[in-house]
Amino acid sequence: MNASNSTNPELENKELFKSGHTACAGCGVSVGLRHILRAAGPDTIVVNATGCVEIFTSAYPRSAWSVPYIHCLFENTAPVAAGVVETLRAQGNDHTKVIVIAGDGASYDIGFGHLSGMLERGHDALYISYDNEAYMNTGVQRSGATPWKANTTTSQVGSVFKGKMQYKKPLTEIVAAHSIPYAATSTSAHYIDLQNKVKKALSIKGPKFLNVLMTCVPGWGTEPSLSMQYLKDAVDTHVWPVYEIENGFLKMNLKPEKKPVETYLKGQKRFKHLTPEDIAQIQKMVDEKWDSLLWKEKCDQERLAALKK
Amino acid sequence: MMRKTIEGSFAVAEVVRDCVPDLVACFPITPSTHIAEELDRMYTDGQIKSYTAVESEFSAISMLVGGSAAGGRVFTTTDAQGLFLMHEVLFAASGMRLPMVIVNANRAVSAPLNIWNDQQDSISERDAGWIQIYCKNNQEAVDAVPQAFKISEDTLLPVMVCMDGFYLTHIVEQIDVPQKELIMKYLPAKRNAQYKLDTQNPISMGMYAMPKDYQGFRDDLHLDILKAKENVKKEMEAWGAVSGRRYGNGLWEEINAEDADILFVAMGSIIENAELAVDKMRAKGKKVGIVRIRCYRPFPAEVAKAFVGKKKIVVFEKALGFGASPPLYTDVSNAVREAGLKTKVYSIAGGLGGKDVTVEHIMEMLARVKKEKEPFQIVWGD
Repeated sequence: MNASNSTNPELENKELFKSGHTACAGCGVSVGLRHILRAAGPDTIVVNATGCVEIFTSAYPRSAWSVPYIHCLFENTAPVAAGVVETLRAQGNDHTKVIVIAGDGASYDIGFGHLSGMLERGHDALYISYDNEAYMNTGVQRSGATPWKANTTTSQVGSVFKGKMQYKKPLTEIVAAHSIPYAATSTSAHYIDLQNKVKKALSIKGPKFLNVLMTCVPGWGTEPSLSMQYLKDAVDTHVWPVYEIENGFLKMNLKPEKKPVETYLKGQKRFKHLTPEDIAQIQKMVDEKWDSLLWKEKCDQERLAALKK
Repeated sequence: MMRKTIEGSFAVAEVVRDCVPDLVACFPITPSTHIAEELDRMYTDGQIKSYTAVESEFSAISMLVGGSAAGGRVFTTTDAQGLFLMHEVLFAASGMRLPMVIVNANRAVSAPLNIWNDQQDSISERDAGWIQIYCKNNQEAVDAVPQAFKISEDTLLPVMVCMDGFYLTHIVEQIDVPQKELIMKYLPAKRNAQYKLDTQNPISMGMYAMPKDYQGFRDDLHLDILKAKENVKKEMEAWGAVSGRRYGNGLWEEINAEDADILFVAMGSIIENAELAVDKMRAKGKKVGIVRIRCYRPFPAEVAKAFVGKKKIVVFEKALGFGASPPLYTDVSNAVREAGLKTKVYSIAGGLGGKDVTVEHIMEMLARVKKEKEPFQIVWGD
């Protein structure tokens, strides 16, 4: 996970997210950050929301960031990034890239309106939501990103209610509905896909968005050594579809042969109370969503081909 | 000299433009809206480098944080609910030592909803770690803006220029609007940021501090704001040398104070009414005068020098300190006590939500203070 594990000295020199931070063993987020910064390169400014990343990378006087980094508050990364990029451009800097790193609490919930404002106004920044599906930094409370039935400290499993009673907010689709040039999903385990998407997004002018699923060991109740496996399973079971929406046209980037959702759910403490009926219901929702995405892709790609003729 | 007949808001917008900001971000709220609208018009005419019409005041001030961190000269305007929506970011901006300027068009706060003038909004943000300057008229407002940028960029402290909503923002009068050529003799054309987000020299900003470090940062902020009194004074001199206009020593202004027995102490546009009241009373031989607090934060406790030998002070303010004494009265009383003076301090709050405080009212206040032996705390007119 840290730079010293790399066997390629050339790659090691390019490591912009440094080792020595204080993330948990098996943190899915720190892995993702490393790939994001590798793809982004040194001419990048990172704007970070309050949350796990801020805490494990920026305890004064130590920093894991070898690119310029700013943290201000929980909910204002989108306008802070907008302020950075508008000032750079006003000063004649047309090259430096601005990337937001914000958790699902910041992106789905408390900073949601400000994210929408940034997208609508068209600021030239890449907003990356690292989605570990709850407020992990404050001790695993439910967020708008927490999936149905998941057990958190504010969606507990009791005698009457069992886990979160509401569904996950479809943030990527809401963001894409702003007609921005690029919105996509990925995970920190699918690092080639993730790096390619960061590079692609940064080659496009205007607001871009990536929603990246990242494991949280204490929040999900999983084994540290299985963090990448769970992300792989999330994609292989179609629970977390990996796609991109470019100029409004949806394309599925990964279409793995479907595994049952149980493959992903099992072993996660947040789901251990699920009944066979719950699992069947989740399977049904996942299948319906996957099917609708395939239809949308078919429709979009045919329309795109027709436009190109 | 460029005297012209102009609305206060438009004059302020002209001066902001001529201070050459890198970033302006605003959200409309009465009575600051004309400043924002005029800056947007200037942007659409290519007169300022960037203007962003954001989705909330919270985003406006957050954009200023990003812009200032990137080394820019940044500006916004707001008041009342807008300033309160910024509350969380105001503390972060000063704590991060990011220079920026807000013109606050002082307005009453909800509830009940009321768009007219008082100063409860900015006074309630007194502990946010910002320098606060209160202007008595539109001439001073346009003079205060270049000083605010200079003080802010020199001290790495954010500055709030407070001008009373409607009484100043919407008044059309003859003022001398400082032209760009003059401003550029005083203010560097570009901010020279020592610390900024720069990919050639990467730094981390806004890091979190454990208990062993946190208090030190906050204490440094406090001490640096106190030190900024010297900058406020120095910039009043420097701007005075360029423009020919000075307002007291920058921290406070004494008007007919020297031989007065009773002093009227206040902030903002009410001072012009007080000046008329004092003139009328002096014509009848009454020894009354004015000490105007111009810089409310840092609070110039040294103002007590102006109180030496005075029998009575009446502090008038357009804000309440709910459940305690009013805020300006508290600071003035403290200054009197710290200086070991026996001067009696009276407290009158009033003019809330645009309730009229006329020249005659101020004459009545001074007459009542003269008559009553023991200090009182009252709300005028209710």
